[in-house]
Amino acid sequence: MLSIRSLSAGVEDKPDILKRISLEVKAGEVHAIMGPNGSGKSTLAQVLAGHPGYIVTSGEVTYLGQDLLALPAEERARAGLFLAFQYPVEIPGVSNAYFLKAAVNERRSRQGQEELDAMEFLQLLDEKLRVVEIDRSFVNRPVNEGFSGGEKKRNEILQMAVLEPKLAILDETDSGLDIDALKTVAQGVNRLRRPDNAMILVTHYQRLLQYVEPDHVHVLFDGRIVKSGGKELAFELERKGYDWIREEVAAGEPVGR
Amino acid sequence: MTATVATAKDRYLAEFEAVERLGAFRSPSWLAPLRRRAIDRFAESGFPTTRDEDWRYTNLTALGATPFRPAAPWPAGVPAGVLERLALPGVEWPRLVFVDGRYSPKLSTARPLPGGGQVASLAEAMITEGDMIERHLGRHARWDGNVFAALNTAFVQDGGFVCLPPEARGETSIELVFLATTPGVVAQPRTLIVAGLHSRLTVVERYVGLTDEAYFTNAVTEIVAGPGAAVDHYMLQEQGAEAFHVATVHAALGRDSAFDTCGATFGGRLARTTLTLELAGEGARGAINGLYVVGGRQHVDHHVTVDHAVPRCASRQLFKGVLDGTARAVFNGRIIVRPDAQKTDATQTNKHLLLSDGVEVDSKPQLEIFADDVKCTHGAAEGQLAPEALFYLKSRGLGEETARALLTYGFAHEVLERVAVEPLQAYLDRLLMARLGSDRTTKEIA
Repeated sequence: MLSIRSLSAGVEDKPDILKRISLEVKAGEVHAIMGPNGSGKSTLAQVLAGHPGYIVTSGEVTYLGQDLLALPAEERARAGLFLAFQYPVEIPGVSNAYFLKAAVNERRSRQGQEELDAMEFLQLLDEKLRVVEIDRSFVNRPVNEGFSGGEKKRNEILQMAVLEPKLAILDETDSGLDIDALKTVAQGVNRLRRPDNAMILVTHYQRLLQYVEPDHVHVLFDGRIVKSGGKELAFELERKGYDWIREEVAAGEPVGR
Repeated sequence: MTATVATAKDRYLAEFEAVERLGAFRSPSWLAPLRRRAIDRFAESGFPTTRDEDWRYTNLTALGATPFRPAAPWPAGVPAGVLERLALPGVEWPRLVFVDGRYSPKLSTARPLPGGGQVASLAEAMITEGDMIERHLGRHARWDGNVFAALNTAFVQDGGFVCLPPEARGETSIELVFLATTPGVVAQPRTLIVAGLHSRLTVVERYVGLTDEAYFTNAVTEIVAGPGAAVDHYMLQEQGAEAFHVATVHAALGRDSAFDTCGATFGGRLARTTLTLELAGEGARGAINGLYVVGGRQHVDHHVTVDHAVPRCASRQLFKGVLDGTARAVFNGRIIVRPDAQKTDATQTNKHLLLSDGVEVDSKPQLEIFADDVKCTHGAAEGQLAPEALFYLKSRGLGEETARALLTYGFAHEVLERVAVEPLQAYLDRLLMARLGSDRTTKEIA
């Protein structure tokens, strides 16, 4: 589904945040990308989603057979890519329902499907609200405005449920959540997991991974994937902390992929 | 430049003398001296220039250079479908329609008011309600410092008249529609609204242009809210692309009355609104909201004065402007707190969203506080669409144009959500969306 080959990227002031990253994600898989602060996790998420502030200096990304990097952000989204933001943006004056309906219908019309009318959309919304266990009052509030940190993250999961992405990237969706909110978010994610879609969970801690079991875990360190493994790698990281990786990197031991 | 403005003055003076000589004003005897004083006031200075502090950023050269003529004495016809297009779904209020300033009984739907009030064209009411009009007309909207109010008063002929008696039952709602159809014409509608003790009134004033050529509307509205009265006032401006629109609104608020006004400005080449809120009775409360959405080379100017004359009054101002192209916005918000006006609570907010690099904004608060126990705040801000918000919307599949329109809608909506008449709010939402030019958002929001 997603094939990242030797991707290097950064921002204008720091063009070398990501250094020759390679990663293969297949349909049905959940990948976790872990790493300490400043290792480039969020940069990878933003680059994949098409944030115009990031510059790709080399490498290729193929998504469902297309050159992902050649597409603007909105076309990536219409092709089924979804980023759950680490810091969801507040949009005053625009209700969640309007925003979601516009997004759903924009995509449907691009894919040659008939657009949903107000009744059909509300039906879809109700169904998704049940899946992610979110209160209906959410949808009439302005997008993220005045939401608590936990509400913002849950709203991201609601959007993901409604937009039904093929590839979802969750950027630190677990950060700043108390245990109940974390469970709700994890439950939502698990319910949206299907054999024909894939997810990339970007996270600092492994606590989300206690509830959402990944197929593969990668450790990102100083812009490189320095270690990949199964879910047990996450628990090892939790036990030993990131210093262990730091020492291995310093000793020149790890093998990047 | 000075020469053309002087010529403009002479034109209006000559027109006044001609009409008066013919006896064509056909108005009650008490009005003649008022007209004369008003035209004398106009004659003193003619149209303002940018040397006048109140007109520093608004150049009237083009207005002065255009020789506008008065409308024909009978209202012109209106193309079929116009009033249907303007209709607010589900709203069945009495509606007075004026064409180029002339009342059109044919296009109007007069209904008796449930609470025993009066709604009529001002010209009609001058005959039937002479005393009431003499008591109020020109007594509130002061024209000593407002040349356009003076000019309107000199030529006063017709407009809306709404009067609710004290203790009028229920809530009364009225729509006044001023259509401009004829290029090159000047219309000077004059509206008087008197809400008696404890009455409740909603008035929607709409100024709509049906021609894209130049014309001139110089409107004055005087509103008197009696003790404990509640008046909701709306002013929608959809003038034509080359129109000159000058509006003066003066609201005088009695004890414990409440006045809410919301203006929405979309049209006109040059639009100037001079709005005065006179808090004259203790415990009165006024809210002034305004939205202007302009582009191209439009020029929009708001001069607001909130005059706290007595204790324990509150005023709220929120003005938001959306500017595109090479449009220019002027906002001057003056709050006066007079020595007696202790316990005044006044706020003013003015925000601009700049959609292009070619726009220009001159926003100035002006606080004159002569009492010591008052709460008075003001704030102004201008900015562009936030790149992070644009990216957020695009990451959900919305295109550039839709994302920009949706964010702009969100900015403007803070004003429109204060429109208490639901079909009017929906109408304004649609107008805003059409103006922002996004099919997708128009479809979802409207």
